[in-house]
Amino acid sequence: MAFQSKHLLGLDGTPAEDIITILDTARSFREVLDRPIKRLPTLQGKTVVNLFYEASTRTRISFELAEKRLSADIVSFSASTSSVKKGETLIDTVRNIEAMKIDMVVVRHSSPGAPHLLARVLNANIINAGDGGHEHPTQALLDIFTIRQKLGKLKGVTVALVGDISHSRVAMSNIYGLKKMGARVLVCGPSTLIPREIEKLGVEIYYNVDEIIPQADVMNILRLQLERQRTQLFPSLREYHNYFGITRERLEIASRPILIMHPGPMNRGVEITSNVADSEHSVILEQVTNGVAVRMAILYLLAGGQREAN
Amino acid sequence: MKLTKSVIIAGKGYQVLPDRIMLKGGRVIDIEGKLDAPRNIVIESGKIAEVSGKEISQFSGKVLDCSGKIISPGWLDMHVHLREPGSEGKENIASGSLAAANGGFTGVCCMPNTIPPIDSQEIIQYIKDRAKGSLVDVYPIAAITKKREGKELSGILELVEQGAVAISDDGSPVMSAELMRRALEYSKMVDIPVIGHEEEATMTVNGDMHEGFVSTCLGLTGMPGVAEEIMIARDIMLADYTGARFHVAHISTRRSVELVREAKARGIKVTAEVTPHHFTLTDQAVRGFDTNTKMSPPLRTEDDVAAILDGLKDGTIDAIATDHAPHSWEEKEAEYIYAPFGVVGLETALGLAVSKLVHEKIIPMKNLIALLAHRPYRILNLPLPRIRSGEAANLTVFDPKTTWKVDERKFLSKSANSPFLGWQLQGKPFAVINNGQIMFSGL
Repeated sequence: MAFQSKHLLGLDGTPAEDIITILDTARSFREVLDRPIKRLPTLQGKTVVNLFYEASTRTRISFELAEKRLSADIVSFSASTSSVKKGETLIDTVRNIEAMKIDMVVVRHSSPGAPHLLARVLNANIINAGDGGHEHPTQALLDIFTIRQKLGKLKGVTVALVGDISHSRVAMSNIYGLKKMGARVLVCGPSTLIPREIEKLGVEIYYNVDEIIPQADVMNILRLQLERQRTQLFPSLREYHNYFGITRERLEIASRPILIMHPGPMNRGVEITSNVADSEHSVILEQVTNGVAVRMAILYLLAGGQREAN
Repeated sequence: MKLTKSVIIAGKGYQVLPDRIMLKGGRVIDIEGKLDAPRNIVIESGKIAEVSGKEISQFSGKVLDCSGKIISPGWLDMHVHLREPGSEGKENIASGSLAAANGGFTGVCCMPNTIPPIDSQEIIQYIKDRAKGSLVDVYPIAAITKKREGKELSGILELVEQGAVAISDDGSPVMSAELMRRALEYSKMVDIPVIGHEEEATMTVNGDMHEGFVSTCLGLTGMPGVAEEIMIARDIMLADYTGARFHVAHISTRRSVELVREAKARGIKVTAEVTPHHFTLTDQAVRGFDTNTKMSPPLRTEDDVAAILDGLKDGTIDAIATDHAPHSWEEKEAEYIYAPFGVVGLETALGLAVSKLVHEKIIPMKNLIALLAHRPYRILNLPLPRIRSGEAANLTVFDPKTTWKVDERKFLSKSANSPFLGWQLQGKPFAVINNGQIMFSGL
């Protein structure tokens, strides 16, 4: 099946076949990462611009490494959205950058739809590295890749997304991607952090962590996005931790091991305790490694790698 | 992708009405006079001289063939942002009036969220001066509170004396119930409506769109329908308590329509308007992140639209008003969360209303005319234009059948922030006559 997407704006709009192609391609790149020499000539001569309008450490380094491993020429640009807002418009900025002849743009922005806006005005391939509370497709793809790597399948697997669902682009992309792959998705968190009508996406809603633990094969524990909340949505971090924090004691009610994931950065002692984050069931650091491979696969496929190979 | 808007001037703009002119063969609808029949109308020196069902022989003057067209009393859009003074790059009184005439309106009410706001006699006089000589009548609406800050009442009596036809802090709610109570009570002395922008603002901070399934999917911050409904419920109770007249601007949810219906049944003096975008589009239109789908109140759900159509059908909703809110291309071509709220509406109102309401058999044509002409005048206590001899000619002529494509180059508004660009609409403005002038629509 030929790869269809020109951009990766979100998993909502990405066909299931393309998601499978990305996951399969990432498997080969994952092997490359274990070799002593990790560099491939695949994107030689291609120029990738990383536009980060919102702070990021892990995602940005992961993209830069993926680009370097594929021998692309890269330029990275960071700006706080507020300072940019006062000056040039986003469209002018990216048009100027494109005028310097670039091939791909990786963009992170606090506004949902910012990558879609770029896709409308630029010819370059656009990769969404997180747009506000909308989507974070590369994170979800690396989560899904990790689940498939560890459990050998996605269909029928029960994945629980735990915590702050309503401010989480990671949750949204995971839901879109996992549902397309045939997984069962549970969301669990305080009712004020579960967005309206999310059940229409085919997920099951729980407000009690102890009810999902016996069912889940995977728990993806989300970061509390304290910075994105309009008003106080829960009384205190202490109460949050006591009722929704994932602790070793809580996990003991499970009759079988549960794969523990977290997209980072972690609030240790709030949504997850250290003895869970660092336990033998945690694959949090493997997610990070896989992230590079998944991003290599996306860059390669969007650059038309597969078409050239054919 | 457009970068600039090239304006094709429609016809020649306003023209002096020939001394003697006959509108021949149109279907004339004047609800007040219980008239809905083919009539020939003779206008002499700007006044209606004759309205006749018979052939008028030996007419010497200009004859305007109106066969296939409908002639109604001139329409009044009671909710328009003309942006002058303060934001003349988006619109000014002259361009907004031309846009109104192009869309079939002979009168507009301009909202007070200008810079400075309409909270002084000087600004009202300035607007009246700037509108002088226009075909389109411009009726200022003054701010309820000084500087629209929601803190102190503006000088309502002197503003009305200077020419304000209503008061509103449109764009912002009056959050204090005490202040709203006093505004209603005080406005009773001059018998003007208090127009409410109904939004419980603590529930809509940073909001971009309606809160529901689509906002969940898009990760945009929601503005729940209940934030509007709470305020409508409050103000209906205050209108009941004070006996004052309360008008709901741009009603947008099912429960809001039900609240107004219940209040009317109880005899409370409440009226409501709806915009064409709120009876045509739903929040699904936000998918794709077109910033021309961003307005306040936001586009709601299919169920809300159905309730609005019911409200139009049974008369719960009194008027169609556009909430014409021009914004520059530069401002709208931005990230969704940074784009300003609002869409233009004067030049697409008729096409949307005829296509969505009349052709889909929600309401008959004469009810549409009541929503665009009679009832806005009644709400504002303004003299109603009539089609009978002796009256000044204030008329809208339109073609209910012609299909046309919305082309921003034909807009006379300075702005083109419309979600309907490229749409095929049925029902097209033909000409407007008022103040001794005529303008042919160039849409």
